[in-house]
Amino acid sequence: MLNVGGVSKRFGGLQALEEVGLHIERQQIYGLIGPNGAGKTTFFNVITGLVRPDAGHFELDGTAYEPTAVHRVAAAGIARTFQNIRLFADMTALENVMVGRHVRTHCGALASVLRTGTARREEEQIRQRSRELLQYVGISHLGHLQARTLSYGDQRRLEIARALATDPKLLALDEPAAGMNATEKTGLRRLLERIRSDGITILLIEHDVKLVMGLCDQVTVLDEGRVIKEGSPGQVQHDPAVIEAYLGRAHAPA
Amino acid sequence: MLGATVSIALVLLVLPLVAGWLGPAWVRTLGFAALYVMLALGLNIVVGFAGLLDLGYIAFYAVGAYTFALLGSPHLVQNFPAIAQLFPNGLHVPIWAAIPLGAAVAAGFGVLLGTPVLKLRGDYLAIVTLGFGEIIRIFLNNLNEPINLTNGPQGITLIDPVRIGELRFDRALSVAGLQLTSLQLYYYLFTVLALLCVLVCARLQDSRVGRAWMAIREDEIAAKAMGINVRNVKLLAFGLGATFGGVSGSLFAAFQGFVSPESFSLMESIIVLSMIVLGGLGHIPGVILGAVMLSVFPELLRHSVGPLQTQLFGRTLIDTEVLRMLLYGAALVVIMLYRPKGLWPAPQHGVAPSTITSTPTQASADS
Repeated sequence: MLNVGGVSKRFGGLQALEEVGLHIERQQIYGLIGPNGAGKTTFFNVITGLVRPDAGHFELDGTAYEPTAVHRVAAAGIARTFQNIRLFADMTALENVMVGRHVRTHCGALASVLRTGTARREEEQIRQRSRELLQYVGISHLGHLQARTLSYGDQRRLEIARALATDPKLLALDEPAAGMNATEKTGLRRLLERIRSDGITILLIEHDVKLVMGLCDQVTVLDEGRVIKEGSPGQVQHDPAVIEAYLGRAHAPA
Repeated sequence: MLGATVSIALVLLVLPLVAGWLGPAWVRTLGFAALYVMLALGLNIVVGFAGLLDLGYIAFYAVGAYTFALLGSPHLVQNFPAIAQLFPNGLHVPIWAAIPLGAAVAAGFGVLLGTPVLKLRGDYLAIVTLGFGEIIRIFLNNLNEPINLTNGPQGITLIDPVRIGELRFDRALSVAGLQLTSLQLYYYLFTVLALLCVLVCARLQDSRVGRAWMAIREDEIAAKAMGINVRNVKLLAFGLGATFGGVSGSLFAAFQGFVSPESFSLMESIIVLSMIVLGGLGHIPGVILGAVMLSVFPELLRHSVGPLQTQLFGRTLIDTEVLRMLLYGAALVVIMLYRPKGLWPAPQHGVAPSTITSTPTQASADS
C-alpha cells in the first residue's frame, strides 16, 4: 500500500532522519512509535509533503509519488490529522468536513456564480456526504456548532471526519489520542477499527503504548532518526534495543 | 423577503429623483457611492473572504480606468500613427467590449501581483501590495516618456461616455414625461452593476470556492493538507477582486470623461479598505453599508461644516478635507475599540457554545 524507503532529512547540524523506510500493507493499522525527538513527526511530515526530504523514494498503492506539494499528496490519497489539532476554528463542524470534499469536487468560480445545475447538485452531494461522515465518527449532532466550541475529543473526531472526506487510501494520524481520557480513547479505538474494516489503511503515531499494542498490526520504532526495530507489537515490546531507547541501558535485560 | 426586496428596489429607484431636487451634486454622490460599493465588494473578496491584506487595491481601479480611457479616447490615435492608420475615425471601442477589456487587464494585473506574494502574509503582504499600488500610480504619472502611453500627470481627456445602443448617458433622457439627467442615468447603471456584484459575491461566498477561501484564511497548512491548491485559490481571489476594481475603474473613466494619476493615490486604497473594515470585514451587507457611509459622509461634511464655519466665523477655519481625515481616523479608532468586527459584522458560523449539551471544552490541553 505505502512503500517508503531511504528517507533522509537534515536540519542544519541535526540529522533528523537517516535512511528511514516503512512498508504498509493494505488495511493494516501501522504504528510509528519512538521516544520524544525520535523523528516521528518529521517522518510524518515528509510522507505528507509538508517537509521536503533530502533523499527518499515514495510509492502509494503501486504508483510512485513525489511528496513535493501537500495538496498533491492529499489528492494522491493520503489524508492526515495534526498533533496539535488544526481545524478551521471559526467554521461549523459541518463546514470543516465540507472543505475536506474540496479535493474530490470540481466546481469553479464561474459555475458557482451562475449556480448551474451541476454546481447545485455537487453542492448537495458535498453536504450529504459531509453529514454522513459526521455521523460516521459519531458527532452528527454537533454539525451546526462552531468547530472551536467542540470538546477536545470531539475536535479530534472532527479532524478525522475532515480527513476521511478527502476519500483517502491512507489515513495518517499524528497522536490522535493525545489529551483524551480513557473513555474517549476506547471510543477512538473502536472508530479506528471501523475505519480499517471499511478498507482504509491507517498510519498512526502514538505515545499511548497500550493503544498502540492493542490496535496496531505492525509497528516501526524510531530513535534518533533511525529505524531501530520493525515487527509485530509483541516482537517490538520485548526487543532490547527498544527498551533501551525508551528506558535507558540499565533497564535493558542483559 | 419579497417585501424587503421590493422596498429596497423602490428606494434605489426613487433615490436619485429625490436627490435631483436637492441638486446635481447629490446625484453625483449617489453614483459614486454605487461605484465604491463595487470597489469595496471587490476588495472584500481579497481581504474579507481570503484574508489577504491588500493595501494597493486602487491600482486595479486605475488599470481599469486607464484601459477604458485608452480605448475610448483620441489619445492613442493622436500619439501612435500606426493606430491612427488602422482607425482613421478614432478607436471608440463600444462599452460591451471596453468594460470587459478593462476588467480583464485589471485581472491580469491582479494575477501579476498575486504571483510573487503567494508566500507572504499579514504585514509583509500589506507592504508589498502597498508598494505595488504606488508603482502603478508612478508608472501612470511618468509613462509619457519615452512613448506617450498615459500622458503623464495631465491625464487622458475626452473619454467616450457610456452608450448602449441609441441611449447616450451623457445626455438627458425623458421617460414618460420624466426628465432624467445624465447623472441620474449613470446612477442607475452603476446601481444595477453594483447589485450584480452583490449577487456574484454572495454566490461565491456560499460555494466550494468560498469555503476554500475561508479555509485558507483560517489555517493555510490545514487547508493544504485537505488538498486545496492554495496558490490557485489565492490567485483566484486576487484576480476576481481585481476584476471588480477594473469594472468600476472603467465606469469611473466613462463617468468622468477624464482620468489622471491623482485619482489613484494611496489614500484611495486606504479609504476603500476603511469602508470594508468599518462596515464589517467579510460580510456583504456590512461592506455595502461601509462603502455608502464613507462615500456620502464627506459630501455631508462639505455641505454642512463649510457653510457653518462661514456663518459662525465669517471664514473657513478648518478645511473640510482636513476635517474629513480627522474624523475618519477618530471613527476607525472608535470602531476598533467598541465594534472590532465592524458596524454590521458577519454573523458567527454556527451556534454559540451556551447551547452545547456535551462535555465542556478543554481546548488548552495541547500536547
